[in-house]
Amino acid sequence: MYQTTYHRASSIDEAVRLLSEAEDAKLVAGGQTLIPTMKQRLAAPSDLIDLRHIPELKGITVSGNSVRIGAGTPHAQVADSQEIRAVCPAFCELAGVIGDPHVRHMGTIGGSIANNDPAADYPAAMLGLKGTIHTSKRDVSADDFFVGLFETALEADEIITAVSFTAPQKAGYAKFRNPASRYAMTGVFVAQHGDGVRVAVTGAGENGVFRATELEARLAGSFDEAALQGATVPSSGLISDIHASAEYRANLIVVMAKRALAAANG
Amino acid sequence: MGIEGIGARVARKEDKRFITGRGRYVEDMVVPGMKYGVFVRSPHAHAKIRSIDLSAAQEMPGVIGIYTGPELKADGIGNLICGWMIHSKDGSPMNMGQWSPLATDTVRYVGDAVAIVVAETRGQARDAADAVVVEYEELPAVTNVVEALKDGAPQLHPEAKGNLIFDWEIGDSSATDEALSQAVHITKMHIVNNRLVPNAMEPRAALGVYDMAEDHYTLWTTSQNPHVARLVISAFYNVAPENKLRVIAPDVGGGFGSKIFIYPEEVVCLWASRKSGVPVKWTADRTEAFLCDAHGRDHVTEVQMGFDADNRMVGLKVDTIANFGAYMSLFSSSVPTYLYATLLSGQYAIPAIHCNVRAVYTNTAPVDAYRGAGRPEATYLLERTVETAARELGVSPAELRRKNFVRTFPYQTPVIMNYDTGDYEASLNAAMQAAQWDTFPQRRDEARARGKLRGIGMSCYIEACGIAPSQAVGSLGAGVGLWESAEVRVNAVGTIEVLTGSHSHGQGHETTFAQLVAGRLGIPIEQVSIVHGDTDKVQMGMGTYGSRSGAVGMSALLKAMEKVEAKAKKIAAHQLEADENDIVIENGEVKVAGTDRTLPWAQVALAAYTAHNLPAGMEPGLKETAFYDPQNFTFPAGCYIAEVEIDPDTGKTEVVQFVAADDFGVIINPMIVEGQVHGGIAQGIGQALLEGCHYDATSGQLITASFMDYTMPRADDLPSFQISHQTTPCTTNPLGIKGCGEAGAIGSPPAIINAITDAIGNNNLTMPATPNVVWKLLHASV
Ligand SMILES: Cc1cc2nc3c(=O)[nH]c(=O)nc-3n(C[C@H](O)[C@H](O)[C@H](O)COP(=O)(O)OP(=O)(O)OC[C@H]3O[C@@H](n4cnc5c(N)ncnc54)[C@H](O)[C@@H]3O)c2cc1C
Repeated sequence: MYQTTYHRASSIDEAVRLLSEAEDAKLVAGGQTLIPTMKQRLAAPSDLIDLRHIPELKGITVSGNSVRIGAGTPHAQVADSQEIRAVCPAFCELAGVIGDPHVRHMGTIGGSIANNDPAADYPAAMLGLKGTIHTSKRDVSADDFFVGLFETALEADEIITAVSFTAPQKAGYAKFRNPASRYAMTGVFVAQHGDGVRVAVTGAGENGVFRATELEARLAGSFDEAALQGATVPSSGLISDIHASAEYRANLIVVMAKRALAAANG
Repeated sequence: MGIEGIGARVARKEDKRFITGRGRYVEDMVVPGMKYGVFVRSPHAHAKIRSIDLSAAQEMPGVIGIYTGPELKADGIGNLICGWMIHSKDGSPMNMGQWSPLATDTVRYVGDAVAIVVAETRGQARDAADAVVVEYEELPAVTNVVEALKDGAPQLHPEAKGNLIFDWEIGDSSATDEALSQAVHITKMHIVNNRLVPNAMEPRAALGVYDMAEDHYTLWTTSQNPHVARLVISAFYNVAPENKLRVIAPDVGGGFGSKIFIYPEEVVCLWASRKSGVPVKWTADRTEAFLCDAHGRDHVTEVQMGFDADNRMVGLKVDTIANFGAYMSLFSSSVPTYLYATLLSGQYAIPAIHCNVRAVYTNTAPVDAYRGAGRPEATYLLERTVETAARELGVSPAELRRKNFVRTFPYQTPVIMNYDTGDYEASLNAAMQAAQWDTFPQRRDEARARGKLRGIGMSCYIEACGIAPSQAVGSLGAGVGLWESAEVRVNAVGTIEVLTGSHSHGQGHETTFAQLVAGRLGIPIEQVSIVHGDTDKVQMGMGTYGSRSGAVGMSALLKAMEKVEAKAKKIAAHQLEADENDIVIENGEVKVAGTDRTLPWAQVALAAYTAHNLPAGMEPGLKETAFYDPQNFTFPAGCYIAEVEIDPDTGKTEVVQFVAADDFGVIINPMIVEGQVHGGIAQGIGQALLEGCHYDATSGQLITASFMDYTMPRADDLPSFQISHQTTPCTTNPLGIKGCGEAGAIGSPPAIINAITDAIGNNNLTMPATPNVVWKLLHASV
């Protein structure tokens, strides 16, 4: 790790100010992605601004079908939240299969979404749920937020404060883990909304999370596994690496979509 | 032999410190004035070094010194060597290229060391290492061993034309060809044994300390064999003569072979300590471990196995290409030759065997012994071929094996080894029974109803442990003898220190060696301490690898104990006025057999040191040393059966049952042996399903350079193992021990792969059988 200067922010405003003042600052939340990257000397921020002591970033509120989760909420807390489970159990299931217990107790939803790792789980849920990302400056829809590999709509001096979504009628998540990293090699989040179906895919796309529109079309009439019988998705645009070819990922998208549907309907 | 003697499940004495985090590893060592070393490493797989500019780095804060290859050469530090001479079949010696501990003009793999920076802190050393400017002229690289042999392939070393290190053979080529020409059936296989990265939990580390006043060096290092390290560093690398070099290997967190060898870093830390005047500590980070630890396996092999009309094996022909990486590591040449081809008879009576091995340089990390070393490669090809033959011949794989088992001992194979004893059928029967072999079809049908493909596969392995008779290995090219030593020091109060040349880095010697002593004397195990891993304390010894510590190290301990006991009996006979032949030692007493005339053990020990009343002419003291040179290898063997279920939609394999039935000879501590088997099987399943080391074919970059991409087995990848033992005591060592450290890693990969190919009905499978690989085969046949 290179030398860096640590700051502990106690409010969002203070964090924004520190961010704009420093030469090349980075926010640190759970540190589960940023710290290993710094240790490997792949990131060298001049300043680290710790968001973990900002009360405004914490906590879960559910009122009716509306769910709002503070950016600083760790995955374990989401996985264990009875309020969220009551309206959207798939979201808790997804949080519960991120990494391992250590990671889930440190890593945060804001950090995960800001990082937009192409194999991360939360982006699939946010896209599938038509979620909103709230920042220190504005509200951004998930559709506009996830731009590309590790790329988001966030500006340099912008901090995610919370995410929110309206619970759908039904939702399910199925994840096929990368055998080594155990991130998603392909993860599919399906959701049935009042006005249609969404199928969001993570771990497979060369540009990160995306919607499998072929599958959404098939499911529009019937939100059921059977509707995907014989379905295929094109392998173009999918990641090919030592773990999985694009063709194999294309297969996994359909298989995981079916399993997510089974979970949603089960 | 009592509750703490041989055969007892004694809890491991060393575990308290390991489990409570109080182990003392090289990285825990702190000596006055100690500073930190960080290596500048090649980012290229193959390049010429045009220039090295240290000026900016030297100005960095905290930098004490930066040292490079040419300076090392100028100081007379020698090249790293391979200590086992292999001759090609044309009689020429192996073509060993030069391996300078710090590269001088060429780098040959990603991670090749170019310079060391010594600085006040590790961070400063790393910052300065980043600031060293090395100008490289990139050269084409080759990482695949088959490609490296082709015309026009990039050439690594001028000494090895065509990248060929040796072209060696064993067995009778024409007799084998003749046997195959008569065969009624020949099974042919193309077998790839995947490259593995060892990944011991503790990364390698070295702390070199030069004492100017004494002109003396101390090296703290992560070694499985500190005496061999001292010998090689002094005799070949010219750092210091042996009497001026102390090597200490304290607690070592796993080796699996990768810590046998002397690496550049140890030599450079010693030399850098003299250059800089400060003690220099280097500890590998995980990336360095991936890049620079000696890797394992990486063979490509063609096999032909011939059968007569009665399904008896008549001949076996094997042609192997072995990847050696960029340099010849210390024992690299022995692995794909004498530790591999000599085991190709397996458990079978095969009248004619021939094996040809070509050893080849590539732009990858050096390859050397890794858990099993050669024997997993032999077992994998044999057991896949036998299983395939059974399918082709339409007979049961168990019956085909049974028909061909060696049944009379000793058995002389056509490939040097002479098996002393064994009962292969006993393990086969035990394994089949535990696995409920006969009812497998029901389980397969039941799985099919659930949409799963279920398969069963077996493997009958043999391996050679207890390496090895010194004269024999000497005649085969070994540069060292492979005996072991032990010293038993009885203190005046009767407590005992055992100084052993074996080295424990997870095996539990502090417990098992103490069990032998405590059991023989009938004294509590707490009164016996095991000392190892320090060349200043312990007499010369050869260290731990090849499951040799029980068979060889404990045999040496037994010999030393016998000398101690003989002297103690003389003292007791003298004091009890009895004939020494009537004296026995039991339950902590030295006594006249069948009488109540006894002396407590402690009193005899005290008598030896007070020397007030010893037999005439006897020297005072009670301390004996023994060296034991084995007569033969030992031959653990067994049968493993795996059952798997495959999800046809994803290709994911789940190991649903794993049975191991092993013959390890006499067992000292069943709990420790089970732990060794569990760990070995975990590694074997890792090789079969998960672990694959990948280099980019053109750039030579290591793609699997972290746990994000290299899949280590985790607990939830493994089933609960069912283990049993069928014991035929080894006849060539006094304790009857065969060894158990590697069996799990040797026997399990073919059992798993045979089970998967059974399930999917496609034999074209390569390891690791990842979900993608299996899925592709499933859908290839559609
Ligand atoms: C072993 C391991 C396994 C893992 N497995 C998985 C997995 O299976 N699935 C998965 O999805 N993830 C996985 N992760 C990643 C984990 O979920 C991380 O916690 C997450 O990606 C980042 O969250 P964090 O809070 O740790 O962020 P940090 O590491 O602290 O920060 C990550 C990035 O986000 C930025 N950031 C953080 N908070 C904010 C904010 N409020 N506003 C703006 N920017 C912000 C930081 O500046 C930084 O660039 C794994 C991580 C590890 C170490």
